[in-house]
Amino acid sequence: MSGFDWLVPVFLTVITAATPLVFAALGELVTEKSGVLNLGVEGMMLVGAVSGFITVLATGNYFLAVGAAALAGAIMAFLFGILTLSLMANQVATGLALTLFGVGLSALMGQDFVGEPVAALTKLNIAGLSDIPFIGPILFGQDALVYFSFIMVAVVSWFLYKTKAGLVLRAVGDSHNAAHSIGYPVIAIRYMAVMFGGAMSGIGGAYLSLAYTPMWAENMTAGRGWIALALIVFATWKPGLVLVGAYMFGGITILQLHAQAAGLNVPSQVLSMLPYLATIIVLVLISKDESRIRKHAPACIGKIFHPAA
Amino acid sequence: MLRKQLSGLIGAAALAGGLLMGGTATAEDKIGFIYVGPIGDHGWTYRHELGRQAIQKEFGDKVKTTFVESVKESSSEPVIRQMAADGYKLIFTTSFGFMNPTLKVAKQFPDVKFEHATGYKRADNVSTYSSRFYEGRYVVGKIAGKMTKSNVIGYVGSFPIPEVVRGINAMTLAARSVNPDVTVKVAWVNTWYDPGKEGDAAKALIDQGADIILQHTDSPAPLQVAENRGVWAVGQASDMTKFAPKAQLTAIIDNWDGYYIARTKAVLDGTWKSEDTWGGLKSGMVELAPYNEAIPADVVALAEETRKGIEDGSILPFAGPFNKQDGSVGAKEGEALDDGTLLGLNWYVEGVEGKLPK
Repeated sequence: MSGFDWLVPVFLTVITAATPLVFAALGELVTEKSGVLNLGVEGMMLVGAVSGFITVLATGNYFLAVGAAALAGAIMAFLFGILTLSLMANQVATGLALTLFGVGLSALMGQDFVGEPVAALTKLNIAGLSDIPFIGPILFGQDALVYFSFIMVAVVSWFLYKTKAGLVLRAVGDSHNAAHSIGYPVIAIRYMAVMFGGAMSGIGGAYLSLAYTPMWAENMTAGRGWIALALIVFATWKPGLVLVGAYMFGGITILQLHAQAAGLNVPSQVLSMLPYLATIIVLVLISKDESRIRKHAPACIGKIFHPAA
Repeated sequence: MLRKQLSGLIGAAALAGGLLMGGTATAEDKIGFIYVGPIGDHGWTYRHELGRQAIQKEFGDKVKTTFVESVKESSSEPVIRQMAADGYKLIFTTSFGFMNPTLKVAKQFPDVKFEHATGYKRADNVSTYSSRFYEGRYVVGKIAGKMTKSNVIGYVGSFPIPEVVRGINAMTLAARSVNPDVTVKVAWVNTWYDPGKEGDAAKALIDQGADIILQHTDSPAPLQVAENRGVWAVGQASDMTKFAPKAQLTAIIDNWDGYYIARTKAVLDGTWKSEDTWGGLKSGMVELAPYNEAIPADVVALAEETRKGIEDGSILPFAGPFNKQDGSVGAKEGEALDDGTLLGLNWYVEGVEGKLPK
C-alpha cells in the first residue's frame, strides 16, 4: 500500500529487542536510586529466564511463569541484599559475583530443558484495531509484556517523582546518613528497592525465554544485562529516557541487520559496534554538563551504609 | 568471558583432584577431551561429547574417557598439561583456539598423542582434523534453489572467516545451478552465540524478502523465527527439528563418532600416526538430517543424487565454471578450487549480495 510498509516489520522487531532492556534497566534504576549498585543484572535475568521457562513447561501458564521469573529475580537480589546491605560486602564485587553465580545457577537449573521448545507468548489481536494499516500491528498487536513495560515506565516515574515513598527512596539514595538521622529505615528501603530491581530483571529475562526467542539456552541473555546497566547512565537515571535509550539501542541493532540484508556496503563490524558507540558518545556529551548528571544521579550510589555511624 | 576462565580453572582443579584420587593403577588407557563450551550447548560441543560417548561404548572397559567442559581458549594450557602429565594416552582438543596450547604441551609430552580440531599446525604427536561442512551446504543449496519462491535466500553469518565463507559460497553455487535467479543475502552477527541477535538477523533477512534461512551460528533461534514467519530454514550442527517442525528442510550435522573410534583404535593398536584429516559426507563426518516431508520427491531425489555424487567424487562443490562476486573468474570449466584455496577462501561467488567484511 504505502511506501513505508517495510517499516512495520522493522518496528515490530525493534520492540521485541528493546522490551527486555526496558524491564531490566527500569528495575536497576530503582535499585540505584536507593543508592545501591547491583551489577548482577545479567545473572538475575538469566535465573528469571530459566525460571519462567521451566514454569511454562510445567504449567503452560504464562502469567504464572512471569510471576515465577519475578520471584526468582527477587530472590537473587535478596541474596545480594544480605551480602551487601546486612553483611556490608563490597557492592561491585558482590554484583559481579552475582552475575557469575546466576550464569552457573541458571545453566544448572536449565540442564534438562535445553532444546525444549515452547509456544511464544501470544500477541494481542484486537479485531479491527490490529488490522489498521501501519499503526495497527505496532500499537495493538503486541504481547502483554510489551504493554506492561510501558505501564511500568509510567508507574516508576510516578512513584519516584510524585509520591512520598519515592521521595524517601531518592533521599536514601542521595544521603543515607541524613535519611537515617530523620528516622527512615535505610536498610529496609534498600532491600525493597534491590528486590524490585531483581524482580524486574527476572521479568526481562523471562521476556527473552518466553517471547523473544521462546526457548532456554545457556547464557541466552548474551550481555543484555550489561547493556541495561549502561542504559541507566545513558538515561542519566531518568525512567523516561531509559525507555528512549532502550528503543534507540534496539533500533540501531535491528537497522544495522537490515542494512546488511539490504546489501549496503558498510562493514558489519562497524555496524555491530554502532549501538555501543552511540552509548559512549552520549556518555561523553552528558559528562560535559555535570549539572545534568548531578541532578539525577544518586549521590550515595555504591557506598556502604553503617547505621552506627 | 570471566565465567569460562573460572570454569576452566575449576575444571583444572577438579581434574587434578580427580587424578589424585584415581591414583590406583588400572590397565585401561585414558583418553581425554577438552571442550570450549558446555556439553549442553545443543551444537558444537554437544556433538563432540557424543563422539566421546561413542568411544566409551565401542571400547568399554579398555579405555577410560574424561572431559573438561567450558575451557576458555586462552587459559586452556594448564588443563591440557594436567591431562598429559597424568598419563593420558590420547587427548582431543576440540576448538580452533586450543591450537597453540596443544602444540606447546605436545612438545613437552612426546609420548602423548594429541588430536586438535579445525587447526592447521601439526607435530609428530599432534594430528589435526576437521570437517567439510560445505559439502552439506552444497546439498542444501540444491534444495534451497528449488524450494525458494522469492528467489532470495537469507544467510545468518557468525564471523567472516574462510570456514563460514566456504559454506555461503557452496550453498550459493548449488542454488544457482538449479535456479540462476537466486540471490543470497548475508547478515553477519559477529558472534557464534546470541539467540536474540541471531533471531533478529533472521527476521531482517525475511523482511527483505528471503524465504529460506540458513545459518552458521550455534543457536536454534533463526529456525524458530522461520517457523513463526512461515518460511523454510536449515538446522546447524544438530538436528533442530524440535524447534521448527514445519520449517526445517534438513539440518547439517557434525558427526565425529567414526573418526574418534578410529583414532582411539589406532592408539590402542600402536598404529597412530600424525595426520591431517578433512572429512566430509563420504567419511560420515558430515550428515544430513531427514528431509522435511514437504519437499517434493523430485527435489529429494536431486538432493540424494548430489549427496551421492559428492560421496563418490563425481561432484565437486567448487568445480568451475563460476565467477567471483566481482565478475572475475572463480574457477574455469574443468577446474575446481583446491583445498589450499578453500582453506583461505576470502571472496564471495557471484550471486551473493553485499560486501564481504574483511
